[in-house]
Amino acid sequence: MKRLCLALILSLTAALPARAGVDIVEVTSPGGITAWLVEEPSIPFMALEIRFRGGASLDAPGKRGAINLMSGLLEEGAGDRDARAFAAEVESLAASYSFDVGVDNLSVSARFLTENRDAAVELLRTALIEPRFDQSAVDRVREQVLASLRSDSQDPDEIARNTFAAMAYGDHPYGSNYEGTLESVVGLTRDDIVDAHQAVLAKDRIYVGAVGDITAEELGPLLDTLLGGLPETGAPQPGPAEVNFSGGTTVIDFDTPQSVAVFGHSGIDQDDPDFFAARVLNQILGAGGFESRLMTEVREKRGLTYGVYSYLASRDHAAVLLGQVASSNDRVAEAISVIRNEWQRAATEGVTQEEVDAAKTYITGAYPLNFDGNGPIARIMVGMQMLGLPIDYIPTRNDKVTAVTLDDVNRMAVELLQPENLRFVVVGKPEGLDQGG
Amino acid sequence: MSFLRRIKASALVAALAASAAYAEEAVTTFTLDNGMDVVVVEDTRAPVVQHMVWYRAGSADEPAGASGVAHFLEHLMFKGTDTLADGEFSSVVSANGGRDNAFTSYDYTAYFQRVASDRLELMMQMEADRMRNIRLTEANISSERGVILEERKQRTDSNPRALLGEQMNAAQFLNRGYGIPIIGWRHEMETLDMDDLLAFYDRHYHPNNAILVVSGDVNADEVRELADKHYGAIPANPDLPERVRSVEPPQIAERRIVFRDPRVAQEFVSRSYLAQERDPGDQREAAALTLLAEVLGGGQTSYFTEKLQFETQTAVFSGAYYRGTSLDDATFDVVVVPAPGITLEDAEAAMDETMARFLIDGVDEDLLERIKYQLRASQIYARDDVDRIARRYGAALAAGLTVEDVQAWPDTLQSITSDEIMQAARTVFRRDASVTGYLAKPLEQTEVTQ
Repeated sequence: MKRLCLALILSLTAALPARAGVDIVEVTSPGGITAWLVEEPSIPFMALEIRFRGGASLDAPGKRGAINLMSGLLEEGAGDRDARAFAAEVESLAASYSFDVGVDNLSVSARFLTENRDAAVELLRTALIEPRFDQSAVDRVREQVLASLRSDSQDPDEIARNTFAAMAYGDHPYGSNYEGTLESVVGLTRDDIVDAHQAVLAKDRIYVGAVGDITAEELGPLLDTLLGGLPETGAPQPGPAEVNFSGGTTVIDFDTPQSVAVFGHSGIDQDDPDFFAARVLNQILGAGGFESRLMTEVREKRGLTYGVYSYLASRDHAAVLLGQVASSNDRVAEAISVIRNEWQRAATEGVTQEEVDAAKTYITGAYPLNFDGNGPIARIMVGMQMLGLPIDYIPTRNDKVTAVTLDDVNRMAVELLQPENLRFVVVGKPEGLDQGG
Repeated sequence: MSFLRRIKASALVAALAASAAYAEEAVTTFTLDNGMDVVVVEDTRAPVVQHMVWYRAGSADEPAGASGVAHFLEHLMFKGTDTLADGEFSSVVSANGGRDNAFTSYDYTAYFQRVASDRLELMMQMEADRMRNIRLTEANISSERGVILEERKQRTDSNPRALLGEQMNAAQFLNRGYGIPIIGWRHEMETLDMDDLLAFYDRHYHPNNAILVVSGDVNADEVRELADKHYGAIPANPDLPERVRSVEPPQIAERRIVFRDPRVAQEFVSRSYLAQERDPGDQREAAALTLLAEVLGGGQTSYFTEKLQFETQTAVFSGAYYRGTSLDDATFDVVVVPAPGITLEDAEAAMDETMARFLIDGVDEDLLERIKYQLRASQIYARDDVDRIARRYGAALAAGLTVEDVQAWPDTLQSITSDEIMQAARTVFRRDASVTGYLAKPLEQTEVTQ
């Protein structure tokens, strides 16, 4: 029963954080695999984060959902262990491995105790390099994916997001659900899963972060043991997505008491020199928890929603500025009208020095709060590597935020915010809402 | 990696986290002169602190007819006080680079901030202020009522699974507040007013009904000094009413719920049984139930998974859940999501047969040993997340347990035998004290698809 959950998940740019005293060293294994390491010997375990760039966007034509299904099968039998034996071994080691796939990468998050590190690494090696993809496991996990897809088909949030993505990205992999469709997933064969594995898990796209009770001398050989058996190359990355936005409102009829609206238009790349100015702007507009303009106007003043937010979704192949709100069918039209007004107001009138100062204080002050555990620090370090940031970036990051001026933010407000191109996709039975565009 | 499997993983994590030990945790506890309990969990690795205040007042403490008032008040606590303007609390937290929020449950309401550790005193000053000094206005109440009604729509009314859960809880508890949803029934939420809110506030928001939990880069002496200064200055309420709740009558009849909704894409059957909770100084049965949930339907090698997902493939997902940290009765829950072509009736029959066979087969000792090893390991992993340790103390103390109970819990879990687990199973699986729920598609839709 959190008072607000949406605003709390908006730590997207937190993919590049910092804490005082994070001492990162780069380790290159004898076999040539590079990782960033923070030694933290006070607790006898380590967290390991491995990411493969490309993720589900590397699905072969006609095989949508293959990489997602493959990811779910990595822990369903490997080497000489079938699914049950593998699960029992994970439990025996009290290790945890999670395999998550998204549009830009496949990530492996592992943690294991110092007392059985070698066995835990060996077990993870088999999952990454010798997964069995037994037909019985393929069929069983496929049913779980289908169950999830069936639920999504009746979930207004999912319907809104998928519709919006299809309109924005068209045929690019970003334009379709990476879990696939009921039809495409039913059609996947074991060969497709094997192909998906070869497409994604390769050395030419790997990023590693390690934090915990391990030294640089121990980490190098561990990396070779764990990852040395991967193929050198995988499938080519997809090209940039062409983002198509035109203003207007699309309504998807769905019988539910509360409409869900997803909205947005094109955004800004994370390596753009103006990215932090855009970050400050969005903090003021819609990312600032209870303080943002959208929350103030839509929730605090008018009580039209439990939560409304916007965020800079800057992915590898496209950058967009997105937002979401849910409001009763008889009130969502007003909520949308208020959001459009706020977009227009920020674009034409800009923001104030006070707002910029408050946003900068928040963004810089919140940065060290992200470094709260071995796993989070490992994930942050992998995010930094994938963005091409230098290893000594962390202590410099807040200076880049501090350097943003009111003029920078107001220039971004003009360049970034496009009220005329702001597209809403509404799922529900909204009343009094004009469709158009 | 379907959502169902993710649910299972998070349930397991929660169960493990519930047992992290105090052994190597730097935990200090004390009580201020006005009766406010304090827990400090130290971890100096990052210059961050989490500051929480838990009130021993949740939705199950609400008066009849005012369901949702505990949660509604939680929202309004972010409005003004004598010295803070509307919304200024969160603005100040934010302007200091911090994040703040709050949550309401059946047995407690809690408020928290995460900030740089040198801002702790400011957080205490503001939190102590709103413990006694909120100033509500009719305008605030009116607009925030809109927010909680939207919240109910978002969390419950738009989600058939949540609606079934609400109906099952209402059927499970004949006379307890646990049968009423935390967020409230809509028709009562619509009528909650200033009087309801202030009555709840004045009854429950006092230092001798609160627990301060501070975790992170602090030391206990410093926290004691600051807490004395800011919270210690608030007088105890000598008339704080005893926390007396209505008691369940004997449950003598099985209940069955069928909820049909066109938005249901994936049907399932679920059953809840009334179960013993953790009690002060008496946690063995709750510990046995905690392990029972793991053995029966916890991980990938549990009895349910083995029988229902691997051997017969009756289910795409199955699980068992128990959360014993509760002031009054808890529930033990089982769920089966049938594979395509399996009806809910067949799924329920398979679930019953599997539970009956489990009572004959007993506990797989290898599995129990793996579970206990994971629980021991979780004590190591927990030290990497002191905020979670802090939440564990807050929830337990607010639900009537003591610091000693929290610290004894890991060893209690380790000491439970398979005989005790089976005894707990025979006690808890009593159909007369159960609710069986079907989440189903509308009849006509079922006929078309099957």
